[in-house]
Amino acid sequence: MTFELETATHPENLKRIAIEPVSRVEGHGKVTILLDEDHKVHQVRLHIVEFRGFEKFIQGRPYWEVPVMVQRLCGICPVSHHLAASKALDMVVGAKLTPTAEKLRRLMHAGQILQSHALHFFHLSSPDLIFGFGSAVAERNVVGIAAAYPEVAKKGVLLRKFGQEVIRHTAGKRVHGTGSVPGGVNKALTLEERDLLLKDIYQMVVWGREAVQMIRGLFEKNLAEYNAFGRFRSHSMSLVRADGALDLYHGGLRARDADGKLIFDHFNYEHYWEVISEDVKPWSYMKFPFMKSLGPDEGWYRVGPLARVTNCDFIPTPLADREREIFLAYDAGRVSGATLGYHWARMIEMLHAAETIKDLLHDEDILGTDLMARGERAQRGVGVIEAPRGTLIHHYRVNEDDQVVRANLIVSTTHNNQAMNEAIRQVAKQYLDGKKITEGLLNHIEVAIRCFDPCLSCATHALGRMPLEVSLEDAEGKLLDRMVKDEHGVCSE
Amino acid sequence: MSTNTSPTFLIDGEEISFQPGQTIIQAALAAEKYIPHLCFHPEFKPHGSCKLCTVKINGRPAAACTTQAQAGLNVESDIPEIKDKRRTLVQMLLVEGNHFCPSCEKSGNCMLQALGYDLGVMSPHFAQIFPVRPVDASHPDILLDFNRCILCELCVRASSEVDKKYVFALAGRGINKHLIVNAESGRLADTNFSPTDKAAQVCPVGVILPKRVGFAVPIGKRKYDLKPISDISSRPALPSGGEGSTGQLASGGSLESAK
Repeated sequence: MTFELETATHPENLKRIAIEPVSRVEGHGKVTILLDEDHKVHQVRLHIVEFRGFEKFIQGRPYWEVPVMVQRLCGICPVSHHLAASKALDMVVGAKLTPTAEKLRRLMHAGQILQSHALHFFHLSSPDLIFGFGSAVAERNVVGIAAAYPEVAKKGVLLRKFGQEVIRHTAGKRVHGTGSVPGGVNKALTLEERDLLLKDIYQMVVWGREAVQMIRGLFEKNLAEYNAFGRFRSHSMSLVRADGALDLYHGGLRARDADGKLIFDHFNYEHYWEVISEDVKPWSYMKFPFMKSLGPDEGWYRVGPLARVTNCDFIPTPLADREREIFLAYDAGRVSGATLGYHWARMIEMLHAAETIKDLLHDEDILGTDLMARGERAQRGVGVIEAPRGTLIHHYRVNEDDQVVRANLIVSTTHNNQAMNEAIRQVAKQYLDGKKITEGLLNHIEVAIRCFDPCLSCATHALGRMPLEVSLEDAEGKLLDRMVKDEHGVCSE
Repeated sequence: MSTNTSPTFLIDGEEISFQPGQTIIQAALAAEKYIPHLCFHPEFKPHGSCKLCTVKINGRPAAACTTQAQAGLNVESDIPEIKDKRRTLVQMLLVEGNHFCPSCEKSGNCMLQALGYDLGVMSPHFAQIFPVRPVDASHPDILLDFNRCILCELCVRASSEVDKKYVFALAGRGINKHLIVNAESGRLADTNFSPTDKAAQVCPVGVILPKRVGFAVPIGKRKYDLKPISDISSRPALPSGGEGSTGQLASGGSLESAK
């Protein structure tokens, strides 16, 4: 089955518009839109044009190298891959982490959430929200924000910088550190480092709260448009703690339908494949995950800040929890189903990350030096974490010689694949249908994609069975030859 | 270092005294004057293969590790002409193997990487060869990652001269030359190799690695995080484990099966 606006019946007669590259997102993607002569929209697709291959080329590598290698999937949230791989390989080395090791990893992760969310909101999305979706393209960027609202830009930069400093002190480097290793961490936090972070954390909590108020203010000003923009009904999935709290580092899988009814809860992620599978489509390098019990047509879902904040029962830090209550109740609960609600939920999480860092810095275990654990060796490991963009799954099989023989990574942006396509199809129907297309209107499509803060580099890690189409054209664009590899790896002309 | 009785020669205008029989690099290092090198190791006979220690001796290029020191020689080492050639040699070594420093556990402890930084290697310059070299993970305690081999033969020499086990050898010719394991199966597990062998301690790059302890030393504490390879002012005369040792056996602390 294809979804509405996924595939036009007669594409050959339609005009094609491509937004390429999609800007202010991580990685490279494009959107294609097929229109008829009356500008009616017939097909809208988000394409991921990168090709990475991590799952293949880590095969044969020693397992202890994996947390450092796979984080190179991404330059924005490498810590997420670093930690998800470490968690999977904790299982392989049979380790139950020491309290200090787990808290240092949680600290690293909170730093990551803080810096990534700040980057996304202030640098990438605030220009759309502050200046307007169809505003002049020359000012619709972070430089425009810095010129018009220097205080906003400054806070964004400093929030991100603080998050990166947390990462540096726990991982060794701001980007692509080595702090987390199978069985624990390699670096203790010194008293000086702890005190250095403590000096600034209170300011970060204040700014985190102001950021939530800022997005709330934007919703107040544009409520009807924000609520309706790219809106669609969807299931949600995220990790939750045993008591139902938001937990970005560890927990069980919880999925709800669009009405909030539980589909599964506290599911042990070590067996994620019992509830999740992946579909492939010939026009995309990115897979389409779905819940097995519902099938590929009905079982797709969204992940990330909006899914997490609405899925959990409460947030275990007081300021963020209060903001969550306001968010859920706002406009009789309608905002919490809006695609732009992602931004609001993201800022609530950023506040939660700042509060978490504050709490961890006051925890006496954080200065401990018992960093490593070992146990009974296993041959399989699954690590799941809530990355800034959503649920991230790493799954490895390791042979007796310590080499990785199989890897499966399901990254946040892949979970959101169908949801992102739904959002841009809704926006195309709402804003583009029947109209003369302008740059400002096309930016509406990108605004919808940016809600999900997609990381397109991460989402194209696989190699092997992906469908692929190669066309050979002459200088005039006439098709000379064409080869198609389907989802089973079978090639045809 | 200079005494009235020792003969001397000049390196970059600096007077270096030497003992008869010493090579130029031995005399230079004893006088805390650094000359870049990879295949030279103070505990082994000169090899002269990597050519990183090339200097100009009385105007003519020669390897400092194989040339005897002589009174009155005028040696030029730290000059642009020679440094350019050394940088080119390091670039050639980098493209001949698969040196993925970002995910290599030897990063920060690797002599090749440290020399790359020291000589200002900013790009590979040459086309990458990307040789196919599967790792040998068969040994319970040691991983062999041939991707990073620079053919210095330190492991070959250590295994034959010190360990008397003859575990390693080079095979092939020219660009196809490669490190092999001296077993019928070609697997390290089928030799009597031990993690305590000298050959396990001398690799200047990331080929011979103790298993399960990678990345135990945090960034900032690794050997060349602390000072560049050219800073030998406080270097012990004969570091235990040799210049290229990872330090991980000592600091990793949890290599149960390697004890």
